[in-house]
Amino acid sequence: MSRLSNWLPTNWQWFNRLGSPRWFYHRSERWLPWLSLAALLVLATGLVWGLAFAPEDAKQGNSFRIIYIHVPAAFLAQSGYFIMAIAGAIGLIWKMKISYMVMKAAAPIGAALTFIALFTGAVWGKPTWGAYWVWDARITSMLILLFLYAGVMALQYAYHSVDAASKASAILALVGTVNIPIINKSVDWWYTLHQPATIKLTSAPSMHMDMFMPLLVMIVGFYLFYAVALILHTRNEILRRERKTSWVRELATAKAGG
Amino acid sequence: MHPLRKQRLQLVILLVAAAALVVGLVVYMLRENGNFFYTPAQIVSGEAPKSTFLRAGGMVVDGSVVRSDDSLWVQFKITDGVEMLTIEHTGILPDLFAEGEAAIASGKVDENVVLQATQILAKHDEKYTPPEVADAMNEAYKQKEAAKSGSYK
Repeated sequence: MSRLSNWLPTNWQWFNRLGSPRWFYHRSERWLPWLSLAALLVLATGLVWGLAFAPEDAKQGNSFRIIYIHVPAAFLAQSGYFIMAIAGAIGLIWKMKISYMVMKAAAPIGAALTFIALFTGAVWGKPTWGAYWVWDARITSMLILLFLYAGVMALQYAYHSVDAASKASAILALVGTVNIPIINKSVDWWYTLHQPATIKLTSAPSMHMDMFMPLLVMIVGFYLFYAVALILHTRNEILRRERKTSWVRELATAKAGG
Repeated sequence: MHPLRKQRLQLVILLVAAAALVVGLVVYMLRENGNFFYTPAQIVSGEAPKSTFLRAGGMVVDGSVVRSDDSLWVQFKITDGVEMLTIEHTGILPDLFAEGEAAIASGKVDENVVLQATQILAKHDEKYTPPEVADAMNEAYKQKEAAKSGSYK
């Protein structure tokens, strides 16, 4: 472990500055309009392209278009979990205030995305498979993800002390990361009703390019949307937790006066 | 890195590793029970439990679908490439049910090794193709097959 310091940056100044809620609050104000605009444009392009211009599927017809919501939501539900768990780990190790706030902010967004993935999956499952819900490995592990997010959210309110709540949530978030590779590999490890992955890291997608390009745009759009949502939630949490500090008070007086 | 932080980093890594080990063992134990369905080979060989509710999955054999004229009764065979299993069902089939496509039937296997299904699910693959491309591919396949059978004459 002593060699760990060799490959970690030795200059921690940037890291400490990023950890200052006040710095983040002011800096993110400048990022937000651009990120929001980009998210809106990319999502609008992807939606119109995917829903109106992409060709229909030879077997499934138009019902396959649910993929343009279902897959990006499922993607971000899992990426968002990593963000939440890593934020929790940084909080545990460096006691950085803002990382616990990011962790808390990530939970409801991730839970909503998981719910969207499960719900659109059910709507898609009825016309294609013939059932809204089956207990196969993919769908069950995705439901566990929803419960993990709900657990992190619930733990935040289970303690009187903010610090104890943050630590407990971070531990649950870290333990739950084990579920992510299971969700990912469930379709390969077991016989499931859910089909294997269409988008693979190692080979070309098993999808016609005219259908794949709008899906890619939607995934990028969901990432941008996620960033906007996470920053907004984190900023709220900063104001809530730092409400007694002088800079937030000044901000509040300036807003009220202006 | 501060020694205290290093210690906490080690604890976090240990926590995740321990959780991965525990869950890994559970997943290893569940590797058979985690399956959503049995294959025809598992059912015919007797590996799957008898006279109990189960699911069977496989590809619907071409030309095996027999329908009743006056009811919703249907009979077909599914295969995993090794064995075939006959399935009987009374009810409406999902839209994507077709010969040559995968299907999952749930019900009980009777004494004649016929699965009396209460529900049929269609399993689709991960490929998405526009209709024109699929038609062109089918056409090319037919021509290739025709050329092959022609050369034998």
